[in-house]
This record gives sequence, structure tokens and C-alpha cells, in this order.
Amino acid sequence: MNYLVNNFDVVAKLFLQHLQLTLAVIFFSLLIGIPLGLLLARVRWLRGPVMSVLGIIYTIPSLSFFVLLIPLFGLGTRPAIIALTAYAQLLLIRNWLVGLTTIEPAVLEAARGMGLNGWQRFWQIEFPLALPMLLAGIRLVALSSIGIGTIAAFINAGGLGVLLFQGVITANYDKIFTGALAVTVLSFAANYFIRYLEQRAEFRIYGKRI
Amino acid sequence: MSNEMISSTADTNILPVSESGEIVFERVSKSFTTNTNPAVDQVSVKIPAGDLVVLLGPSGCGKTTLLKMVNRLYEPDSGKIWMGGKEIHTLPVNELRRQIGYVIQQVGLFPHMTIQKNISIVPHLLGWEEKQIIDRLEMLMQLIGLPVSYLPRYPRQLSGGEQQRVGLARALAADPEILLMDEPFAAVDAINRERLQSELIDLHGKLNKTILFVTHDVEEAFRLATKIIVMRAGKLVQYGTPLELVTQPENEFIEDLLGSSNILRKLSLVNVNSILKARKNQSIFTGGSQPVERPGTVLHPEDDLRSVVSLLLCSGRDSLPVKDSENHLLGTVGYSDLREMLISNLPSE
Repeated sequence: MNYLVNNFDVVAKLFLQHLQLTLAVIFFSLLIGIPLGLLLARVRWLRGPVMSVLGIIYTIPSLSFFVLLIPLFGLGTRPAIIALTAYAQLLLIRNWLVGLTTIEPAVLEAARGMGLNGWQRFWQIEFPLALPMLLAGIRLVALSSIGIGTIAAFINAGGLGVLLFQGVITANYDKIFTGALAVTVLSFAANYFIRYLEQRAEFRIYGKRI
Repeated sequence: MSNEMISSTADTNILPVSESGEIVFERVSKSFTTNTNPAVDQVSVKIPAGDLVVLLGPSGCGKTTLLKMVNRLYEPDSGKIWMGGKEIHTLPVNELRRQIGYVIQQVGLFPHMTIQKNISIVPHLLGWEEKQIIDRLEMLMQLIGLPVSYLPRYPRQLSGGEQQRVGLARALAADPEILLMDEPFAAVDAINRERLQSELIDLHGKLNKTILFVTHDVEEAFRLATKIIVMRAGKLVQYGTPLELVTQPENEFIEDLLGSSNILRKLSLVNVNSILKARKNQSIFTGGSQPVERPGTVLHPEDDLRSVVSLLLCSGRDSLPVKDSENHLLGTVGYSDLREMLISNLPSE
């Protein structure tokens, strides 16, 4: 614990970097995933091909994915965010799609029959009803990005992985322990915070926590 | 449609009926790609404003398809549909739908919205003022017989029957001229179904809306309908009042549907009110002194003729007085009416 006490500012800086990286990944994942998921919900035949492509991307080992992106995007956070966002799509879209497609058909038919246009149906009906599943997807994205994000330190993306790599190279177990502890704290915090949002969204629909 | 106007239904509508509630189908056809036979085949029919018309037929006969073409959830392949003298395709689709109340079997209440929000959704879309919406909400809750304290509740906190009532209130929220109901009571238990049916009859009497009601339940159809449209394989088979269908079935299909060989069943399908309406002279007494009133010996307009027979047998009389819920005498009905109806068909006008 000595390392943490003596280098608190360094650890805090890396912690924030890691958080930033994760938030950036969530942001870009949503930017792509929400419209893409909506498209898949509407156009059934696209689901198979798109989900398989996302599945294939997900199987690329993370370290090689980061390294493969270096010639294209250089070192730093950029390739890290791109790779993590690519991974995130499978987790995010699968959940979002389940959320959208499991809405009771009668609810959608009623909304259509009452004269809500497409935009109103999305914002007033589909989005709030699929929100718990979307948040579950975001939680998975956050957790996997925090985890895989440690490896991104290898390509100079910063974050808490820096402590781990440096600790391993210099055989500084205190440093390794500090890094691992910080990553765990971040994961737990992210998990509980998003789970809380999820439960609120669920509560609105089901009236109980499930 | 040949015997469309045998009995005059005009006398049932005391309120002036705005013609905007009239629906006319003109040679409407619709096919689905999954089936070679058309789902609806050249249907032409006129639904007078203010009537409660039931679309009756076995599943797959096209009744729901016909209904859903009115609010354009389905588009006809050919033919025209007029609503209050206006072809429905001349309106933007969502504007049309906001003018039509729509009730479905699974209710489809929005689970994440309170009852208040569920009901007020169309008034909000139409830009009503908040005050006007609140007034309307209170009025609607009273109409469907639910306490105002239900407004902040969520659909899941209500029973199935209560949910269907809310569904009805939601459909009526913006005061549409026309109400489309697609097997609304099919998923409700028998006791609640009967209650909902009576409430719908009441409501129809009070509000004077045109109601197009889909069901495959023969009893339900005869209980509710001013007129019944019987459909089979996409075609209109017969259009008439319940009494006309029982006394003058167009063909064997209708007879089978009604179980016409069984006289008691036939009687159970027609109520006292149809007899009173069909009878040309509405003379109150058919002769004889008025019997001393005893419990159980008064008929109500909604009683079916089968129970009339049993009441007649029990009372030992030849005829019994008919009274409405406010205890006004409406006329008398007796054996002679039943004989007239079943043996000799009613004289056409």
C-alpha cells in the first residue's frame, strides 16, 4: 500500500484517464450502436449478417487488435478507443436489440393505432421500454472496456494498465497490487452505478426490481 | 344487403346523430402475400352513424382485416373507405388515427405510463390544454366506472377487466366519432366479460358513437349489436339486425353459425328489445289487464328470449311487461311474439 500512499496523485491521474477512456468508449458505442440496433430491429434480415460480423470482431484477441490498429491510427488513445468501441458493439447491440424486439406487439400496435408517428413511438414507447436492456448492455460495455482497457496501456493509451505493465517490468508488486486494486474499484463502482440506473428504469416498467 | 332495412333502427337514436360517424366500404379488397385467397374480397357495406355494428365470423374470415383498414393499419388493395363522407386516404394517416378510437384484445396499455398518462396521450398529441384534459379524465373515469384515485396508478396494478376499461377510456379520450374494437373482451374471464358487455351497451346508448366491433363469439355479437355483418372467407355473407339473422338467415352457413335447428339457442340470441323494435305498432298493452307486479315477472329489454320463455312458464301468464332500468313500461312480450317470430318470419316492410 506504500505505493498508493506515496503516489496518490499519479494513481488518481491514471484512474481518471481510465475513466475517460471508458466513457469515450461508451459514448462512441452508443453513437453507433443505438441507430444500428434500431435498424436491425426494423430490418430483420440484416440481423444475422451484422451480428456475425460483430461476433467475429469480438473474437480478435485484444492485444493483437490494438497492435493491428497502430499503422492506421498511430499510438495513444485513438486506436484504443476504436478497438474497444468495435468490441463493445456486440455486447451493446445484442442487448439493445433484445430490448427493442421483446416489447409486447400489442403495445406497439396500440401506439400505431392511436396515431403516434414513428418518432413519437420511439421516444415515448420504445426507448423507455427497451431502456433497461440498453443499460444492461452499457454495463457490459463499461466492464469489458475497463478490463480490456488495461491492456491499452501497452500502446500508450495510458490508464491504470500503466501501473500493471510498469509493475511487472520492474517487479514492483506494490505497484501491481495498487493498479489491480484501482481497476477493481473502478469496475465495481461502474457496475453498481449502472445497475442502479437499470433498476430505476426497470422499476418504472415492472414496479419491482428484477 | 337486400334486407338491410327491415326494422327501423331510427327510433333507438333519440340524440341527433352527426353523420361524421358514418363508415362506408366500397368494394374493398385486400390480399396478403402469404395467402393466395384474398383476406377481404369486394366488401361493400354502409355502417350508419351511431350504430354498434358487429363483424362476426370464424377466424380468418377477414373481419379484423376489414376493421384495420379503417384506421389504415392495413391498406386496401382496391376499393374505397369513406368516413363521414370523406375518403380516409385524403387525410394524413396519423391525423386519421387520432380521430378514431382503437381498442384491442390485449389492451396494449403502456406499462411505463400511469393510467392518467395512458389515457391523455391522444389529447396531448392533439394539443389540448391541460385543464381540458383534466376535466376529460375525470369524466372518462366516471364513464368507465373507475375511481379517480386510479389515475396515478400503473397498468400492472389493475386487474384485467380494469385494464380493458382503461383501454376503452384511452380510445375515447379525444372524443372520436368512431370506435374500432378488435375482440376487446376475448381475453377477459366470463363474469367480467358479461359485465363489460353490458357496460358497452350502456355506453353506446349514452355516447352515440359509431362502434365497429369484431368478434367470433356469436352470443357476444347478438348481445351487443344493432346490426351484424357476418363474414366468411373474406366475403360479406349477411348484414342485418340480430332478429333478421335469426328469422331470415341468408344461407346454411348463417343457420349453422346460429345453430338455427335448435330453437332454444335461437331464442337465446335475440333479446326483448329487438322484439319491441321490430314490432310495428308500439302499442303498450296487447290487451288484458295489467298483471299485478311480482318480483321476477318483469322483463328487461336486454333479456334474451330464452329466459323470457322460462319466465313466462314460471309466471303462468301469456305475456309479461317489459320495463327499463328506470322502471318505465316499454311494452309487453308474450308467447304470441315468440310464435310470430319463429313460425312465420316477420313481415318485411
